[in-house]
Parts: sequence; structure tokens; C-alpha cells
Amino acid sequence: MSATIYIRIYNEPKGSRFDLIKLLRYLKKHWLESIFGPLFKFLEACFELTVPVIMADMIDIGIKNADKEYVLRSGAIVVGLGLLGFVCALTAQFFAAKASMAFGTALRNDLYKHISSFSATELDRFGTSTLITRLGADVIQTQSGVNLVLRLLLRSPFIVVGAVAASFMIDVKLSLIFLVAVIILSLTVWLIMSRLLPLYKKTRKNLDRITVKTRENLTGARVVRSFSAGETERSEFNTAAEDLYSSQIISGKISALLNPLSFSVINLSAAVLMWFGALSVDSSAITQGQIIALLNYMTQILIALLALANLVVMITKSTASASRINEIFDEQPSVVEGEKELCSVENICFENVSYKYPGASAYAVDGLSFSIKKGMTVGIVGGTGSGKSTLVSLLLRQVDASEGKVLFNGQPISEYTFASLHSAVAAVPQKPALFSGTVRQNLLWRNENASDEELFAALDIAQASDFIAGDLDRPVAKAGSNLSGGQRQRLTIARALVGPSDVLVLDDSASALDYATDAKLRKAIASLPDNKTVIIVSQRIFAVKKADVILVLDEGKIVGSGTHDSLMRTCPVYAEICASQTQEAQNEK
Amino acid sequence: MKNNKVKDNTLKRIFSLILPYRLHLVFSLIFAAAYVALSLLAPIISGKAVDEMVGQGAVDLDAVLKFAVMYGLVVVFASLFQWIMTHLTNIISYRTVQKLRKDLFSKITDLSVGFIDSHPHGDIISRVITDVEQLSDGLLMGFSQLFTGLLTIVATIGFMFSINIGITLIVVVFTPISLFVASFIAKNTYSMFKKQSEIRGRMTALIEESVGGAKTVKMFGKADDFSEKIETVGEELRACGVRALFFSSITNPATRFVNNAVYAAVGILGAFSAINGNITVGQLSCFLTYANQYTKPFNEISGVIAEFVGAKASAARIFELLDETNVESSVSGENMPEEGGKVEFSNVSFSYSPDKPLIENFSLSVPDGKMIAIVGPTGCGKTTLINLLMRFYDVTHGSLDLNDIPVKTLDLDAHRRCFGMVLQDTWLKNGTVAENIAYGRTDVSREDIVAAAVKAHADSFISGLENGYDTVITEDGGNLSQGQKQLLCISRIMLSLPPMLILDEATSSIDTMTELRIRRAFDSMTEGRTSFVVAHRLSTITKADLILVMRDGKIVEKGTHSELLSNGGFYKDLYESQFETE
Repeated sequence: MSATIYIRIYNEPKGSRFDLIKLLRYLKKHWLESIFGPLFKFLEACFELTVPVIMADMIDIGIKNADKEYVLRSGAIVVGLGLLGFVCALTAQFFAAKASMAFGTALRNDLYKHISSFSATELDRFGTSTLITRLGADVIQTQSGVNLVLRLLLRSPFIVVGAVAASFMIDVKLSLIFLVAVIILSLTVWLIMSRLLPLYKKTRKNLDRITVKTRENLTGARVVRSFSAGETERSEFNTAAEDLYSSQIISGKISALLNPLSFSVINLSAAVLMWFGALSVDSSAITQGQIIALLNYMTQILIALLALANLVVMITKSTASASRINEIFDEQPSVVEGEKELCSVENICFENVSYKYPGASAYAVDGLSFSIKKGMTVGIVGGTGSGKSTLVSLLLRQVDASEGKVLFNGQPISEYTFASLHSAVAAVPQKPALFSGTVRQNLLWRNENASDEELFAALDIAQASDFIAGDLDRPVAKAGSNLSGGQRQRLTIARALVGPSDVLVLDDSASALDYATDAKLRKAIASLPDNKTVIIVSQRIFAVKKADVILVLDEGKIVGSGTHDSLMRTCPVYAEICASQTQEAQNEK
Repeated sequence: MKNNKVKDNTLKRIFSLILPYRLHLVFSLIFAAAYVALSLLAPIISGKAVDEMVGQGAVDLDAVLKFAVMYGLVVVFASLFQWIMTHLTNIISYRTVQKLRKDLFSKITDLSVGFIDSHPHGDIISRVITDVEQLSDGLLMGFSQLFTGLLTIVATIGFMFSINIGITLIVVVFTPISLFVASFIAKNTYSMFKKQSEIRGRMTALIEESVGGAKTVKMFGKADDFSEKIETVGEELRACGVRALFFSSITNPATRFVNNAVYAAVGILGAFSAINGNITVGQLSCFLTYANQYTKPFNEISGVIAEFVGAKASAARIFELLDETNVESSVSGENMPEEGGKVEFSNVSFSYSPDKPLIENFSLSVPDGKMIAIVGPTGCGKTTLINLLMRFYDVTHGSLDLNDIPVKTLDLDAHRRCFGMVLQDTWLKNGTVAENIAYGRTDVSREDIVAAAVKAHADSFISGLENGYDTVITEDGGNLSQGQKQLLCISRIMLSLPPMLILDEATSSIDTMTELRIRRAFDSMTEGRTSFVVAHRLSTITKADLILVMRDGKIVEKGTHSELLSNGGFYKDLYESQFETE
């Protein structure tokens, strides 16, 4: 917002493996579902693992003895097990859906509450778009991660373990083949996945480059054409497209290995099983039907392990999202609310106040000292980056001073509650932020019970009556996008004027107004009751000329204070700003 | 089919895209066929091996060994062929994607500014990114899946029929039931997902608004209100989400159940046949494997077909952009004479849309080296004049001449190189500060860049950046203030110094003191150069040789500053209002 030289370089949080687990506290309310969901999945897997054994019996007993009744009974049991498994699965899916959606909702609510406790420092550190992604996409990603974990985490590993166990029960020696197969298969899958994930990230980055380049050439169409830079842009894009191609081909080559390799491992094990199985059958250790069952378990292991691999990818993604969310939870608001009520603002005092933005090397404001008495009109002027906006942030307690004290009625500003501070100090921010709804809803922000007369009076002062034309229910789109910049500014001024306040702060809030309207606005503000303290921050000398005291800021320091006339004589910076804005400046050359 | 013709054309063009890779395609199909055949052969071999294991002492160990080795070889080769097939398909698809993206981007750089202005950027970007992706996933990848899927189905049926007709009929008839179940569920969950995404959209809007305006929300103590709203919408989302999630997650268990039933039926019927001696136990085991695998290709094919429709629509959108005829008329005509900046509008008319006339019969003659200022309320046509000067748009009627040459006969690039332009709407690219200042040029040294920045009074803030001139500017200068971005744009012009200048609110976001210093640099720059200046702050243009006061596309007043003031018209009102202090 301000012109402070403060570059935000945002890095992905390091995160830990346990980030997703840390968030599982949001499952607390639904702990029953969270435990029973996976348990039912577990039951389903048990039923599924029983099927090959029954088929084996069907072959060994039913076919061998030509017992058609036994065959029918076995078939019915298989269908029955399937039905039971189906019911268990439905129950599990329902529990998982319920628990994971509740998880996401609780997480989002809490995350928003935490973000709303942030001061301007933390908000700027993360940036709006980052915070929006965390609350939106990242929450949804962790929610689907939790859902999948509840559904599959017990099922897939259990099928693998259960299949090995079943083989152990059929024949101890042959189960060794299973053990070795599972180990080799797990290693293969893990190896491929661990190579693949960083490659996917790289591909993603290359695709982002393509997007950025495309968008740039649309938003900057005029500039690109005015520099005849089409050829350069094309060659840069082509490089990006070629980079994307090579990263896609490499990751494609590796990911294409997953299916064939795991298929090979499992089926080569099956070939080994055939040989040793034949020896066992020959020595009567096992039967023909049991061989078929064992071959079946091999296939089940393959399917379960591939599902597990997908689950690992999902969990990795969700853990990354969880890390990003935890990073926000770990950030504590640097501005903490006090307990005292601020009743009437008799005076405001800055004592040697300095502020440095996090990561910046220089102070944005440096050693500010001044005091403002009730009813005064104070002007604050200075060029871009002189520290005006930082001063306002300190005054509104959006940030706390790095050094020195900001005092209201002689008490540090940090001792007051936010609510009493906000009700005593009405502010018009530099960037006019409105919210979707109606004009009335936007105006009622400071006082929900204000009458229409009050609203119209505020609109009058803010010079907004003409375009509102009496229609307080006129819709306002998101961020006021259906209004012009000047209209938005005037509405935010009106919003600050509704409801009682001791201090009015106008932070460069007339920049989008034409001179005539600006002049009328100033006149109206000057006619406010005498006991209201008004603080006007502006680049325009005309806006502050009539103030009781004008503070001149330059590079974060106060270089002059006094009335317009005295500053013209004593403060060269002020005189220079003034000269740059008046006609005389043009004619001097 | 109404769109038969268009559709055929789309398919034909898709085909021509992969034509260069026809050899890849042929080989990928051959390997696919080999892979399918081998993977279906495997259960038959294992079945034969099982048949040799009748019981104690009755196992033909030599035969089993032979089958086991055969089995191993078959699966290894099947895997190898599958990998080669996927790799070949990847090459075809990624190369096509790359080619399409390059063509699309090249098209974007050729499009007329008018087209770009009148089309949502998001839509064009999604054609380059999402639609291309969709085309490659749906059509190219999908093609190989469709091929292997169909082949698997046909071959499975063939293999099964060769073993036993009765059991095969059961598998063939009943297995697809699981498909119907799946599509039935999908159809019914569709409306729930639609509702969920509608609520999600509202949630996103709410989050964007409350986080976007977080400082204001906090300043007015309104965080609790928003918290409540988010909880309310969140509750709605939760209730709807549970249903959507649950019903959609029924699909897998339900199809598993149907398959299970088919499996049991095959088992029973197979056992009966085995008892009657019609098939062997090994063949039964082979059947059971087939029954298990038979649904997979169906699922894949139905997925592919759903994507096919989307992919074809994407292809059509891609070709539509590639075929766009609204491109810049880049006649490589006469080169612009290096010297001189005489500009003449004669009887120029122009409008963005035919039903809303904007500029009509506009005539203006600007001698070489003069400074022309344009003032007037929003929408009066100031920016339009600049669009015409830069030939971002071409005049509808009348003519625009540069140094007595009609611009339509001039080389477009050469024409534009004569102008240096600084717009209110600053644009910077993702790159370093130095790269941005040297934009469009390759032959400049670091000294030249720094010198230009010094002249534009940008050097001091650049030196304060973490990496100075090598600081990377994020997309559209997100890490710089508006004023700093404007200073960089001015530095960019200071470096190239073309014979004519266009300054459209070039200093609107810069404080007046810095502006005063820059203006001195501008003054030396405009000296002897024809320049067009649009400014909000009237104090910046009082020195202009000619001030045009525009209103509704017409010049309402014209003259020097002092002439206009003494005329006492619109300009005087405008000018005086900014000094009103009472």
C-alpha cells in the first residue's frame, strides 16, 4: 500500500511430515466416525480376503467330489460376503464423508478467525492472494486428503498384510515368496514415486512460466507492440515451451514405469510361486485349489499397493497444503489487544516513534514526536515513501512501533481494546475497500443503528449524494467494482462519518476526486463540529493548507511543523512541495 | 448432426497435427497390440500350469517349469511393450502440445490490440493452457487407451469363447452391469456436485472479499461478522458436501459388489462344467482372472468417451483462436524516415463499435517538434487518439499521415519504433529491473541502463532494492509500488529515446516533487521531439505548444495555455477548480 521499499519474497514453508497429523485435532468432534470409518473398511477387506480361500475349497472339495451342492453353497457364501462387504463399505464411506467435511469446515472457520487476528504486518507478510489460497484450495486439499486417509489408509495396507498372512496360513514356505514380492514391490513403487514428485514440481513450475508469459503478453499487448518486441517474446515463450516438454518427457518416462514394473514384479513372483507351488502340490503339502488362491492373492496385493501409491501422492499433496496452513497458525499476531476502554480522546501523542518494516534495512518512520489536542485539524504532507502511510498505520494500531510510544490520553495505545479504539477513531483508508451488499449496508459499518437521515448527512459531507441519488439500497458489487474510483472514495469517506467518533483520519482519501469535488469536500470537512479532531494525510498542499498544524515528512522524519505560512518561511521541503504544485513553478523555467 | 462439416474439419485438423508423428503412432499401436495379446496370454499359461498340478505325485514338474518360464517371459515382454507404448504416446502428445502452444502464442503476438481489448484475457489464457491440456489428455492419450481398451475387450471375448461358450456369455452379459451402476451413480451425483460447486463459489467470493479487505474489516471491528458468514456458508457447504462425497464414493464398492456376484456366478458355472468334465480347473482359474479384469477396459473406455467430447470442444476453441483473422495488418511497407515528427490527422473518424460513434471528422496538424497536450473528462477520446497514433487501432475514415506519408503504407514495427510511450497503466514483465529497462533491446550495456534510470530518478529506489538492478520483478510488478513502476516505465523510454513521445498520465502515481524532477528530464527529452501529453494535473501541461480540450470525441477548445485562459471557456473552469481552496 505505501511506497515503502519492501519486497516480499515468499518461500514455500519447509513443513514437516507431521503437518497433516497436527491438523487432525479438527477431527475431534467426530472421533467416533473417524475410528469406525476405517474399522468398517477393515472389515470389508477381511471379507474380500476370505473369497479366494472359499474358491479354493470350492475347487478342492466341490469339484473333486463332484458335489454340486457344495459348489452352490460356496458360491452363495461368496455373494453373501460381497454383500456384507458392500454394506461395510457404505457405512465407512458415509463416516469418512461426514468426518472429513466436518474437519474441513472446522479448519476453515478456525483459520479465518486466526487470520482475522492478524495485524497489517502479518497480512502484508503473507499477502492477500496467499491467504486466499490457504483458506480456499489448501483447506479443500487437506479435507480430501483426510477423506482418502479415512477410506484407504487401513484398507490398502491391510489387504497387503492380510494377503501375506493368508498365504502364511496356507503354506509357510510359499509365504516367503509373498514376503519378498511385497518388499521388492514396495521398494519399486517408493523408488519411482520419490523420483517422480520433484519432477512433477518442476513440470508445474514450467507450466506456470507458460501461463505468466501468456498473461503478460495480453496485459502488455500495447507495450510489447510499441517496442516491436514480438520476436523476443516469442523466442522466450518457445524456450519455456521446450523446457516444459523436456520435463514432461522425463517425468512421463518415469511415471510410465510404475505400471509395467509393478506388473512384472508381481507376475515374476507368480512364476516363482508356480514352480515351488508345483513342488508342494507334488509333495501333497497343498492342493490345486490353494495354488489358485495364492495366485489370486498376488493380484490383490498388486492392486492394493498401486492404490496405496496413489494414496501416498494424495497424502504428500495434502501434507504440503497442511504445511502451508500450519504456517499461518504458527504466525502470531504482532499486535495484541489491550483491556482498557478508550472513552474520549483528549490528546494523541507520539514520543520518539520509529518503525521498521520486517526485513527492511531502513526505518520507514524515524523518531516521530508530536502531540495532537482534541479538536485540532492536523495536516500531514510528504512525497511518496516519506512515511505518511506508516504514521497512519501506527495511529490506527495496524502495526506497533518498533521503538518509542504512541499515547492516547497519556496511556499507551496498546492498553486499549480494539473496539473502543475503532469507535473513537474513524478512518478512511488510502485504498477504498467496499464490500458486496448495498450502499446502506456499507455505510452502517460503524453504527448498525444509524438512521437514514444520518446516512444522508454523511453522504452529503462526502459529496456522494449526487450519484447515490437517494437510493440507499443501490447494490454494491464485490470490492465496489461497479463504482468508479472516485465514487468508491467518497463512499468510504461517508462510511467513516456515520456514527460518533472523536478523531477522523483521512489517508490520502481524495486522490481520485477531481479538483472541484475535492474542494467542496474539504469545505464540508472543515464545517464538522469543532470538537472533532481531524487528521488529513495528503500529497496535495491545498488539502492541508488550512490545518492548525501541518507536519512535513521527508524520508521518515518530521522536517517541519507549523502552519502553512510559517512553514513556507522555515521549511525548505514544504516550500519545494508547494512550489511543485503551483503555477509559479511552471513559469519559473 | 448439424455441425457435421465443422466437426469433420476439427478431426481432420487434429489428425494433421499428429501426422508428423505417424511413425510413432504406428509403432505405438503395434506395441499396444503386442502388449494386450501378451497380457491376456498370461492367465492361459498360468491356467495350464495349474492343470499340471493335479495332486500328490501327479505333478508334471517339467511341464510346470516350462510354463513358469514362459509365464515369466510373457509378463516381462508385456511390461516392456507397455512402457514403450506409453513412451511413444507421450512423445506424440507432448510434442503436439508444444507445437500448439507455440503457434497459439505466436498468434497472440500477432493479434490486433482491438481483439485483445475486447476478449477476456482469462478466456485466451485458458485456451493456451487448459484447452491444450484437455486436447492432449482427451484425444491423444485417450486414443491409446481407447485402442488398448477395445483390443482387450475383443481379445478377451475371443480367448474366452475358445475355452467355453456358456461361461463366456455370463461374463460378457453381466459384467457391463457394473458400468450401468457406475453411470447411474454419476448421473445422480451430478446435481449434488453442481450445487456443491455453486456453494464453493460463494465461499470463494466471501473469502476473497473478507481477506482482500482484511485491513478495513479489522479497522471497523467487523471480523466477527465475516467469521459468522463464513461459518454459515461453510455449514451449507458441509451439508451438501457430505451428500455429494458419500454418493460419489458409492461407485467403487457398488461396482466391486457387482463384479463379486459375476465372479461367484462364473465360479459356480465353471465348477459345474468342471464336474461335467467340460473344462479343466486351470481353465476355470483363467476364467476367474478374466472375469476380474474384464470391467477395467470398459471403465477406461467410458472415461475416455466422456473426455472425448470435451477434448473436441477444446480443439475447436484452439483452432478458433489460431484462425482468428483480426490480426495486425503488418504490411512490410516503406520504412519510416528516421528524422522528423510531423503528424497530420485529416478528417479522421473512428469508433470502437459502429453504433457508438466516437471521433468524427477530426483534423489536426502537428508540426515537427511540438508538444501537444490533450485534456478533457473521462471518455472524451484522449486515449483513443493515442490508440490511433500507435496504430493499435486503424482509423475508420480519413487518413493519418506521418511526415506526409499515409501510415497505412508504413512498416508497422518501424512506425512504432518512432514512438516512445509511457502509459498510466504500467506494465512490467517478469524479469529483472535491468531487463525491464532494456526491454525490446539487446544491444545496451549496464552503464546505459543505469544512466537511463538516473535520468528518470529511478536509480535511488532501484539501488535500495535487495539486489539492485538484478532484483527480479514478479509478474506485473507486484512487489513495487505504482509510483516505482511508473518510474521504471519512464526509464525504459529514457533509454530508447525515439523521435516522438506519448505520455498518457505518465506521472499520475508519482508525488509532485519527484514529478517536478522528472519533468526536467522530460523537458530535455521533448526538446525537438514531437510529443503528445495527456495529464490529469493541468499544472503539468501549461507549457504545451498546443492544448486540445476534448469532449465527446471532439475538440471543443484549442490553443496555448494563456489563450485558453483568456478565452474563459471550459478549460478555464477546469484549471481554476484545482486551485480552489475555500
